[in-house]
Amino acid sequence: MSIHALIVDDSSVMRKIVERSLRQAGLDLSKVSEAGNGAEALSVLADHQVDLILCDINMPVMDGLEFIKQLPAVANAKGVPVVMITTEGSESHVVQALSLGARGYIRKPFTPDQVKEHVIPILGGKS
Amino acid sequence: MNLAHGAQAPTANHAVWISLLEVSIREVFELMLSSELTASQNVDAGVLDVTAMIGLAGQLCGVLSVRCSRRAAALMTSKMLNVDIDKVGPEMSDALGEVCNMVAGNFKNKISGLAEGCLLSPPTVITGDDYSLHSQAEEPGLQVHMLFENMPMTISLQIQA
Repeated sequence: MSIHALIVDDSSVMRKIVERSLRQAGLDLSKVSEAGNGAEALSVLADHQVDLILCDINMPVMDGLEFIKQLPAVANAKGVPVVMITTEGSESHVVQALSLGARGYIRKPFTPDQVKEHVIPILGGKS
Repeated sequence: MNLAHGAQAPTANHAVWISLLEVSIREVFELMLSSELTASQNVDAGVLDVTAMIGLAGQLCGVLSVRCSRRAAALMTSKMLNVDIDKVGPEMSDALGEVCNMVAGNFKNKISGLAEGCLLSPPTVITGDDYSLHSQAEEPGLQVHMLFENMPMTISLQIQA
């Protein structure tokens, strides 16, 4: 099944790396939407249904934790798995992200294999 | 390594922190750029005309910087984006900033207590070598010289507290 992924990171280079890692993981990406922060990502979700969200934490305007805090109120985000990809490696960030609904947590730097390990299982039949 | 030893830790454990910084740098380049760095004793600072900087605040205050040549920064970008080096454009600053960000994050995650108590600023990238940097750093800084694809690179951590 084809996947529409939303990649949220303030670095356009990192967004491209994440996209490439998803393709290397074997995901059939029908569409990739990009956002530079949480607020932009909410705007994308206002108009588009996505299947997977990959999200950084440290971003200007709206960070990744605030973004996932607001996701339950977004109709197009209902049941959409979120995986954090971030340099923040503290246990408190991991616990906070998971308690807010994130399904996975990947620390930068990462390998494509790590992306595969975290993303494929949570997509279930969709991958 | 635990920051509970206090701000004097960089002085008292200079070699340990240098070692952790070097491992942090190597990991970023191996995992994200598929590039193995080699150690270098000295670097001609005159050829380092691109600088990425990240501010650290909290339990550890200071600035981490990555300095290299434009050619090296372009090659890093090329490897990160998987594009030809001649096609690299303004995204070079973004790429070098992200390298600096990952080195800083990876370094603080290796020191117990620092991952929780130290925040990173967004990266800033300066192009050109005609500038001077004033720092309030009181502690001696950490500096690692490496060769990236035979091109020199200097990573510094200036510690203020």
